[in-house]
Amino acid sequence: MNTAPAYEHRHYAHCESGVLSSLFTHHGMALSEPMVFGLAGAMSFAYLPFVRLGHMPLIAYRMFPAYLIKKLPARMRVKYFRKRYSDSGRAMAELDDFLANGQVVGIQMSVFFAPYFPPEMRFPFNAHNAIVIGKENGDYLISDPVFEEIKRIAAKDLEKARFAKGVLAPKGLVHFPLQMPGEVDLEPVIRKAIKKTANMMLHAPPFIGLKGIRRLSAKICALGKKHDKKYIRHFLGHLVRMQEEIGTGGGGFRFIYAAFLQEAYQLMGIPVLEEASNRMTAAGDAWRMFALACAKAVKRREEAIDLEAIAGLLRQCGEIEKKIYLLLKSLKKYKTTNTASIQLPSAKCSSRGDLC
Amino acid sequence: MEKKRVPQDANKTYSGYGTKVVYAVDEAGRYDRVQTTGWEVEEIVLRDVVGDFQEKAESARRRAMSGQTSPIEYFMHKRYLDLTGLAKGMGIAKWRVKRHLKPSVFEKLSPSVMQRYAELFDIDLKMLTHFKENV
Repeated sequence: MNTAPAYEHRHYAHCESGVLSSLFTHHGMALSEPMVFGLAGAMSFAYLPFVRLGHMPLIAYRMFPAYLIKKLPARMRVKYFRKRYSDSGRAMAELDDFLANGQVVGIQMSVFFAPYFPPEMRFPFNAHNAIVIGKENGDYLISDPVFEEIKRIAAKDLEKARFAKGVLAPKGLVHFPLQMPGEVDLEPVIRKAIKKTANMMLHAPPFIGLKGIRRLSAKICALGKKHDKKYIRHFLGHLVRMQEEIGTGGGGFRFIYAAFLQEAYQLMGIPVLEEASNRMTAAGDAWRMFALACAKAVKRREEAIDLEAIAGLLRQCGEIEKKIYLLLKSLKKYKTTNTASIQLPSAKCSSRGDLC
Repeated sequence: MEKKRVPQDANKTYSGYGTKVVYAVDEAGRYDRVQTTGWEVEEIVLRDVVGDFQEKAESARRRAMSGQTSPIEYFMHKRYLDLTGLAKGMGIAKWRVKRHLKPSVFEKLSPSVMQRYAELFDIDLKMLTHFKENV
């Protein structure tokens, strides 16, 4: 059978931004993972106590899954193909067709049915992203951005993974770029993305952004009054796990965003961006301190947990971030000092010409 | 985070599965991708939650053996699911799943419902119907 030609596998920090970075680069628009993350506006914080996951509130350090796949092509004016299925047989047959046409295909899958994951990490998490790059002896070749090497998966397992049921069911999602725009001027897109992120973090309704961070730290302070030690331990562990899951490293998203701001600075030459990037690095470090304090509380079961101190660390993360977003809002006052063009050359059409 | 301070704690979970990537700055303050063998913090919280599920599964196994609960509860914990997740995966209401945890109701479950549970848990149907001989 076919394998895709000249596809280069890259190892990334986060699945969704990694997949998009690989797909866009493969189609001639070289965007780094931080660029993808920043341009799509994936940075976020949400604490939704009324949405429960395994007896725990929903906590997210980024926008919800599949947000990037929707937002990035729209912002970059890329024609993009997205499809979900109700029939798994048809979904697998169409996947084979795409591969036979030399297309590499982004998919959503469940971690639980992916045998190449470490067994302890195979949670029923349905919103993992990867790229199918070919088929060999009935097995599919998977470029999973959070793994170093190309992985193989049996057709039977891939079908199960693409049609896992439950929360955030993938429903066989496939996606890839159809047509890249001739030229893209990155500057307005960067400005818009930063503005949107800063506004959301500062002014979004309660539970989201800085208000969410404050609400969560108040909740941590109050944990001791209502809950037993076991619940508190699980709650703190849950906070860290949501921050860490599938390889983003404590405050990992903050470092990715800092890398995005740095790249934006290199393109636009506005010092505010460099300053914001440095401070975002500090925010990431503060999130790591918070994660460390939570993990210590989880590990030392017998010792008393100082909830006030942990909540204080979290509030501090919020304070650092608040200053960054206020700083970023001042970006509109500055004009680009770089005269060099920041246009991306790209013009490559998908092999599925009928859809172009 | 600076490159040289990226933790390399050789997490047990990830050993044999390669490395992860994080973003960190070099001496000049430039961001780059850095490979890591893991951070102890991740390992602690992962082990804690996995251990919790294992405890619950073990307790459910013993109770299922003595007929106090149905095997569904054992597999639910074993697959890191809770009632909400299981109900969502089955596409039925939570109270129905809760009912299926009663041994008396479980015994009368139709083969098709049983089959759907088996598929969701990714196990052989026999594991559910002949739980005591197989687990």
